[in-house]
Amino acid sequence: MNVHEYQGKEILRGYGVATPRGIPCFSVAEADEAARELGGKVWVVKAQIHAGGRGKGGGVKVAKSPEEVHEHARKILGMTLVTHQTGPAGRVVKRLLVEEGADIRQELYVGMVVDRATQRVTLIASSEGGMEIEEVAARSPHKIYKVAIDPLEGLTEQQAGQVARQIGVPEGSIAEARAFMQGLYRAFVDCDAALAEINPLIITGEGKVLALDAKLNFDSNALFRHPEIQAMRDLHEEDPAEVEASRFDLSYISLDGNIGCLVNGAGLAMATMDVIKLYGAQPANFLDVGGGATPQKVTAAFKLMLRNPAVKGILVNIFGGIMRCDTIAEGVISAVREVNLHVPLVVRMKGTNEHLGKQLLENSGLPIIAADDMADAARKIVAAVRGTVEGSPAQGEAA
Amino acid sequence: MSILIGKDTKVMTQGITGKTGAFHTRLCRDYANGKSCFVAGVNPNKAGESFEGIPIYGTVKEAKAQTGATVSVIYVPPPLAAAAIDEAVDAELDLVICITEGVPVRDMVATRRRMQGRRTVLIGPNCPGVITPDEIKIGIMPGHIHKKGRVGVVSRSGTLTYEAVGQLSDVGQSTCVGIGGDPVNGLKHIDVMRMFNEDPDTDAVIMVGEIGGDDEENCARWIKDNMTKPVVGFIAGVTAPPGKRMGHAGAIISGGKGTAQEKLAVMEECGIKVTRNPAEMGRLLRSVLHA
Repeated sequence: MNVHEYQGKEILRGYGVATPRGIPCFSVAEADEAARELGGKVWVVKAQIHAGGRGKGGGVKVAKSPEEVHEHARKILGMTLVTHQTGPAGRVVKRLLVEEGADIRQELYVGMVVDRATQRVTLIASSEGGMEIEEVAARSPHKIYKVAIDPLEGLTEQQAGQVARQIGVPEGSIAEARAFMQGLYRAFVDCDAALAEINPLIITGEGKVLALDAKLNFDSNALFRHPEIQAMRDLHEEDPAEVEASRFDLSYISLDGNIGCLVNGAGLAMATMDVIKLYGAQPANFLDVGGGATPQKVTAAFKLMLRNPAVKGILVNIFGGIMRCDTIAEGVISAVREVNLHVPLVVRMKGTNEHLGKQLLENSGLPIIAADDMADAARKIVAAVRGTVEGSPAQGEAA
Repeated sequence: MSILIGKDTKVMTQGITGKTGAFHTRLCRDYANGKSCFVAGVNPNKAGESFEGIPIYGTVKEAKAQTGATVSVIYVPPPLAAAAIDEAVDAELDLVICITEGVPVRDMVATRRRMQGRRTVLIGPNCPGVITPDEIKIGIMPGHIHKKGRVGVVSRSGTLTYEAVGQLSDVGQSTCVGIGGDPVNGLKHIDVMRMFNEDPDTDAVIMVGEIGGDDEENCARWIKDNMTKPVVGFIAGVTAPPGKRMGHAGAIISGGKGTAQEKLAVMEECGIKVTRNPAEMGRLLRSVLHA
């Protein structure tokens, strides 16, 4: 789960990680008030959306007077911000963060992730702050430093101090940078974060160490012990279809193609998407119905897929293990009737009670196309969709 | 005796009285030699009781002492799953298979650290389990799709493993190992591959992977230098949308990007026959068996 920058900074301050003073605002009037309250001569008005690249998209502006704060707030609130992370549709800005301006002498990078290989929380740091760490990794990998942190010891003073020196923190600010990184690690572990990124971390003219930006992402499996973080969830920032899916305990991700797929199991769901592509079409979604697929769940899944106007056909691929194929067949039949399905449907079922399931589908009188294996299913749905979509490119089938 | 488990393995179930644990313990007990394999349950609140004839003990240690069980399977809910693994490790079991899905990563980081230098082997969490067909099944996979044979299966996925097994119904399997999809877990592809290489009952291996991390690449490099048996592979997720930021940042450390294309490329370089068509896994395996 992601949170906004202002929420991330609020969490971090609780662990002694310093940030510029700032106030979240939901209206222009609140922004005016925030500028007054913060005082000073320079402010930064920052759009709060769950995506990076806000500055380049025009969502971060420096103001040199309260009037300019007002003007920027008016323009940014309500704007559709398009960045490389939002996709072409962009995101409507509904919240702002108004911060005191900072005197930036140096921009650095500090991040943390759980590394699969070492199975430890790993600190990543670089002297190249303010740009994407992926870019730094590609162009100058020698400027990236990493420390795998032993969970029994935490991030030690020595480790933090060494990294601070490696990324070029001036001697006078080393102690502060060390405390900053140790605080970040404690926040990461305490709050069950999956990713933390401070980009940039700045050294001010006075040598202060501040988090100018903060991006935090949390392990959704651990939210049960963090109601205060769960309360920070902003549904407006999430794909409505994915939010709806989570209500039914379905795992769903929207994609760009036109063939909806309903599968049990994440690996098989990905493999089904792959085989659709192999036969020349693109999947419209990833959808894992999970273990206990009741007729209600299957119906909800059909409705979800059909909310996407791009969907021109549906492929159901089920490997019945504990979940029996006849149960799934019943779910599919009742779903097709309830949603009054108007696009071609191919069903491939294998495993427990496979024949019973196939028989149910056949006897239903519904125009359901049966398939024997995954390849057959993909071939059939792609052909059926080609028949209904005018002018679709006739690409060759992959073998 | 294939790898990891066989007909003489003695198993205890941690979380035997929960809905999932009860359901699957029943199915496992009814599979092949299950009756003599599933000898104990663990639940601190129900010590002294029994589950359909299987005695329940208060601790793993006691269950081990009383029954000789050396393997545990865990179905306890996510908030308590890592603690259940810790208990089994402290009791010095040989093997722990954690089926539970949704264990917090932080808990697993701590548990894996505690396991350093200990003798217990962990599979999972978030995995379907392990089966040696016609001998013993420990986990949630459907027993009846499996058939005794000489092909090893190792996979990060659940139903995709069943899919591979379904395509191998003519040749059969020696052991099928679902290592699970969590980022911080026990055995990796490479560990299981080593075991299959040394197993006299396995002639070839099918390796099913998915996007994320670099376990498949590590395994592929090991295969190139050490494996004496043919291996075929499939990686799910060629069409998965470009990873979110997290995947990238994590991959920076590992030195790869974890995409399916990269994994497939490395596997091919290492001499593993791969298919991009998940419906072709079985056919590809048969082609190397009869080569």
